[in-house]
Amino acid sequence: MLEVKNISKVYKSSGVETKVLKGISFSINDGEFVAIIGPSGSGKSTLMHILGCLDSPTGGQYFFEGKDVSQLSDDELADIRKKKIGFVFQSFNLLPRATVLRNVVLPLIYTNISKGEREEIAKKSLNSAGLDETRFHHLSNQLSGGEMQRVAIARALVNNPAIIFADEPTGNLDSKTGEVVLETFKSLNEQGRTVILITHEKYIAEHTKRIISLKDGEIVEDVINHR
Amino acid sequence: MFITDLFEETYFAIYANKVRSILTILGIVIGIGSVIAMISIGQGAAGSIESSIQSMGSNLITVMPGFQKSFSQISAGRGSAQSLTIEDSEAITQEVPGVLAVAPEVSQRYQVVAKGQNTNTQIVGTVYSYPQVKNIEIALGVFISDQNVRSMSKVAVLGPITRDDLFGENTNPLGQTVRINGINFKVIGVTQSKGGTGFGSQDDVVFIPITTAQKFLAGSNFVSTISVQAESDQAMASVQSAITNLLLRLHNIGDPQMADFSTLSQQDIIESASSITNTMTILLAAIAGISLIVGGIGIMNMMMTTVTERTREIGLRKAIGAKRSDISLQFLAEAVMLTFLGGAIGIILGSALAYGIAFFTALPAKISLFSIILAFGVSAGIGILFGYWPAQKAAKLNPIEALRYE
Repeated sequence: MLEVKNISKVYKSSGVETKVLKGISFSINDGEFVAIIGPSGSGKSTLMHILGCLDSPTGGQYFFEGKDVSQLSDDELADIRKKKIGFVFQSFNLLPRATVLRNVVLPLIYTNISKGEREEIAKKSLNSAGLDETRFHHLSNQLSGGEMQRVAIARALVNNPAIIFADEPTGNLDSKTGEVVLETFKSLNEQGRTVILITHEKYIAEHTKRIISLKDGEIVEDVINHR
Repeated sequence: MFITDLFEETYFAIYANKVRSILTILGIVIGIGSVIAMISIGQGAAGSIESSIQSMGSNLITVMPGFQKSFSQISAGRGSAQSLTIEDSEAITQEVPGVLAVAPEVSQRYQVVAKGQNTNTQIVGTVYSYPQVKNIEIALGVFISDQNVRSMSKVAVLGPITRDDLFGENTNPLGQTVRINGINFKVIGVTQSKGGTGFGSQDDVVFIPITTAQKFLAGSNFVSTISVQAESDQAMASVQSAITNLLLRLHNIGDPQMADFSTLSQQDIIESASSITNTMTILLAAIAGISLIVGGIGIMNMMMTTVTERTREIGLRKAIGAKRSDISLQFLAEAVMLTFLGGAIGIILGSALAYGIAFFTALPAKISLFSIILAFGVSAGIGILFGYWPAQKAAKLNPIEALRYE
């Protein structure tokens, strides 16, 4: 499904080079549930940005479904994100003053799917994300944190992506709601979706089936998690 | 992305910032409104000047004496020479084809006295064809007849303003006597009012037979102008050149450059008058246009703020697959929508302003389709011009940094 070969990322700022990723290689297969874990500054966010086609590595190769995407242009990357990738962010990033439904439909406006179909798809996604149907026409800023994150998950699902990236999805939630959200990811994975969770908390990573640990831009551990 | 999506996104974005959007488009409203009002007033003024020139008579050609050059080469100005006579006018009537009527005139200002009232007005000595040539109608009595001219009768036809000044408003002065330069004239008619706009009022005037004017007032055989009415619009040019050739021959002048007279067609006057009003209109519209530019900068300012405020949203849109062009199109559409709304409201307010000014003052207003199309075009153009930079700024945002933006 995706494979990185010796990728590195170097940031240059006012003449000073910072090596964030130092030659990382691994591959993830279809249907895996993976946690990328590491303390802050370990490079896990940068790795997620590269894996999520938001950024390009400065060295190495990245194969997404067998295609080398490490040297693509901004718009080509946008096209991959549109068709293949769903994102869930720590701070939800919902459009304020917009209804739940409009938030979920949003990714589809950049496609050629007709308006009537879009709503159907959005409602299906909201159902799989476990949001109550009575909430569909509420404004996003009237929801609780857990509901907001489920709207965000529904939005990530709406384009039927091959892979879902979740960047600290429980970071802004209390532990009980966080647990519910993690259950949602688990059931999505059980339905056959590939899910990659980025976190710095060991106990959250424990929910997944495979844990890749990063430190100072290098993989220190890559283990199967037998719960 | 469908065009309807673009409209929907634009609508939501503008609706989310109602007050700020309204305040921002106010600049465009004022700009477009004043451009529309200025152009309407300018074109209305041009129309009114044109119609007042038309009202002097249709298909009119005026022959005037040329410069009078003394030996010292000092020119006393056009029209100062005494070179035209009644014979010239008769020759035009007889020899130039396509002429409908000819009216020579002698005019000068005199003090006119009647019943203890007096006024200083234009005394026009002319012939019976004058009303036809100059589009004048008789309200009371009759105009000067051919008989009056031949017998040098001391009769006068008053303009309505002169009548008002001498005898009181809307009185009937027929049969009364007016004194011009110490000579008594019997009033035989009053002309219809033509409305006093344009070049001097044609209502403040006294008409007397041309022969009487030449003999008792001017004391010479010369005439001040000859007005010629051509049969049709098409005949104007040929009549004008035929008159020129005839008079050159009669005055024994070989070189047209040395002509002691000049001819002026109504078309010439309308053209020069409309070039003046056009210049005025452009000037007024240009001043109003400056406020449009200020309005456009207001739009740009708001779009810049919007882009900064919605950095996270832009980041999200990019993360879920929006291309650069999708983002720039969205913000450009917002800017154009704002200016378009401003333009539409501006057209309505500008038209209302123009009609208001027309209603409360003498200035007429004429709202043309052209100025409305121009205003719409300009407002859309301003949206694109001043929305382009903010839209590019939004499109170039790095999605990662945009998502992190606090």
